[in-house]
Amino acid sequence: MGLDIRWPIGLMFTFIGVLLTGYGAINSAGSQSLGMNINLIWGVVLLVFGLLMLLGAARGGKTPPSA
Amino acid sequence: MQPIHLAWVDYTILLAYVAFVLGIGWALARYMKSSADFLTSARSIPTWVTGLAFISANLGALELVGMAASGAKYGIATAHFYWVGAIPAMIFLAVFMMPFYYGSKARSVPEYLQMRFNKPVMGLNAIGFAIMTVFASGISMNALAKLLNQLLGWNYHFALFVCSGVVLLYVLKGGLTSAIYTEVLQFFMIVLGFAPVVYLGLKDVGGWTAMTTKLHAVAQNPMALDLNTKSFAPDAWTSAWKPLLGGYDANPMGVNVFAIVFGLGFVLSFGYWCTNFLVVQRAMAAKNMTAARNTPIVAAIPKMLFPALVILPGMLAVALTAMPDKNYRIPPPIIAPEAYTQAVDIVKSANPADSAAAVKAVADALGKKVNAGKITALIAANAATKMSDDQIKQGIYNDVAEYDYDSVIFSLVKKYCPAGLLGLALTALLASFMSGMAGNVTAFNTVWTYNLYQAFFVPDKSDAHYFWMGKFITVVGIGLSIACAYFARQYNNAMDIIQLVFGFVNAPVFATFLFGMFWKRTTSIAAFCGLFGGIAGSTVFHALTIATGNVPGVKGAYLWSILGHEVPKSCIFPSEMAQNFWLATFAFCVCFGLTLVLSLATSRTKTDEQLKGLVYSLTPKIVDHNVPVWQRPAVVGTVLLIACVILNIIFW
Repeated sequence: MGLDIRWPIGLMFTFIGVLLTGYGAINSAGSQSLGMNINLIWGVVLLVFGLLMLLGAARGGKTPPSA
Repeated sequence: MQPIHLAWVDYTILLAYVAFVLGIGWALARYMKSSADFLTSARSIPTWVTGLAFISANLGALELVGMAASGAKYGIATAHFYWVGAIPAMIFLAVFMMPFYYGSKARSVPEYLQMRFNKPVMGLNAIGFAIMTVFASGISMNALAKLLNQLLGWNYHFALFVCSGVVLLYVLKGGLTSAIYTEVLQFFMIVLGFAPVVYLGLKDVGGWTAMTTKLHAVAQNPMALDLNTKSFAPDAWTSAWKPLLGGYDANPMGVNVFAIVFGLGFVLSFGYWCTNFLVVQRAMAAKNMTAARNTPIVAAIPKMLFPALVILPGMLAVALTAMPDKNYRIPPPIIAPEAYTQAVDIVKSANPADSAAAVKAVADALGKKVNAGKITALIAANAATKMSDDQIKQGIYNDVAEYDYDSVIFSLVKKYCPAGLLGLALTALLASFMSGMAGNVTAFNTVWTYNLYQAFFVPDKSDAHYFWMGKFITVVGIGLSIACAYFARQYNNAMDIIQLVFGFVNAPVFATFLFGMFWKRTTSIAAFCGLFGGIAGSTVFHALTIATGNVPGVKGAYLWSILGHEVPKSCIFPSEMAQNFWLATFAFCVCFGLTLVLSLATSRTKTDEQLKGLVYSLTPKIVDHNVPVWQRPAVVGTVLLIACVILNIIFW
């Protein structure tokens, strides 16, 4: 079907990644778990994942990774 | 135990997820032009998408909640549900069975049975399957609503209806494609949402070695935590195979190697992965034969690694419970606030010199077993220095000697996730339940529309009519799931119940497929009688047997009560797990035996020509020469099997 699923996945994780990173940066005190700013750390991970998905969707178009 | 309040950031993540899954449904709605588009995705989807959907459809309540619960109860041996109970069967499906499902152009697994045998065989399978999907989906939604109620203080009914409503909307809009696409989104959501929780738990415990050391101590004296009633060898929670070699009594699962290898690894596993339309439907939606065959292969890779994500949290929870300084316990079953208030009053008015009566009164007030020693200590502590009601309540909470294992995963999320990450983990949990429900509903609507409604009731209508029926039955399916959710509300470990239902429906069916696909002599009448006998056999088996510690009734052995007879010793299994595995084994053997004998006794009604493409020996072998080596199912499958064996050896 005409929708490349990597677009919505990429967009969603980019959005959540930005949100978490931002929240962790602004509210450092409220983002602690075992002495780490886990929101900031994991937000960056999600952001990178989201951007990679978007990159794949933009470049690949019709050739998904393993098909 | 207090409900948590979500921050705006958590709600934003939750809403973003809901918006995206609904958005996918809406975006796909314009492609839904026929019943085939809606119910079978018109065979158009690439491998990596169907592969991840394949695994995600299976990743409902069964995985996250049930496996964490089992991880706590049984330790690493739970991984057998993956390394023994999934990977070999998934590879078998890819290499040997997918060519028949996909090549026959059947629209569903039951439809293959119609082509190979006849309508009655298909009908029997379709009805059993339809019932099972509704049950599985209901159980999953019940677990979700219960957890949302417990953790967030949301109203149970509200949670149930809102979550079902979201699934209904996107499935209704985009059909199977929408379910498959959102399943891929959900797959990543689940992995990325839970990975940090597992990481934080492992870090808190002090790493893998610290955890296993703690679990060795727990295994030798699980009574101290009221985790089990007898002690085991130190490696009972931390070795996959060694505790099983010692037989029923040597492991907390209460099973032996035969039950695991034959009952789980062969009967239940192949019955589920190779014949369950819920998962096979994903592979059938693939765009070509190679993509279809590679679907279970792609799925097997994450499946093999999932124990780290779903079983490890349960083991961490046990280790944390055993470490007093971590201020954690696996939550007790939910107890009404009034009962706690009553128990607090009993503790306050108790005489420390004679606490036995008070301990009993506390247990009665809560309606649960309590740890007598700890309650006695609590009474003494309160007598020495007056404690606040909240402190006493917390003390009582800590002393309840029963566990609600299904809430393990939630309690860890609550412990480690600050606002933000909490929203993410919660959304992941929501995603897993929704993918489970959507998977069941999309399988249910296809089987109903094509295999029951069209085949038996209203055969010759236009496609528009079946398209309409597909949508209508989607609504009905969700309604039935909700009804089943209310029905499931009374059970503690959802996993055991699902296994039981699988036992009834799935266990015999693999024998039918095995004969159908690989022996051309198998006749329709034999297949029908075998399947029917298998289901009847499992029902009788369940009616006669029970696991130690259970009361005759829904857990089995009710026939003895009806007859007014004690349950004989020979009908009592050491655990529910053992009962389930043996039930499945019994059902399989009945189906196998009946099909074999009756096939030899009856004459064939289908010619070799009619069975071409449906039976192994009469179908030209697929030649993979034009496919690159790394995309050949047999090659990649073998590599994965070897990897799986290595995992078993590492955690031996």
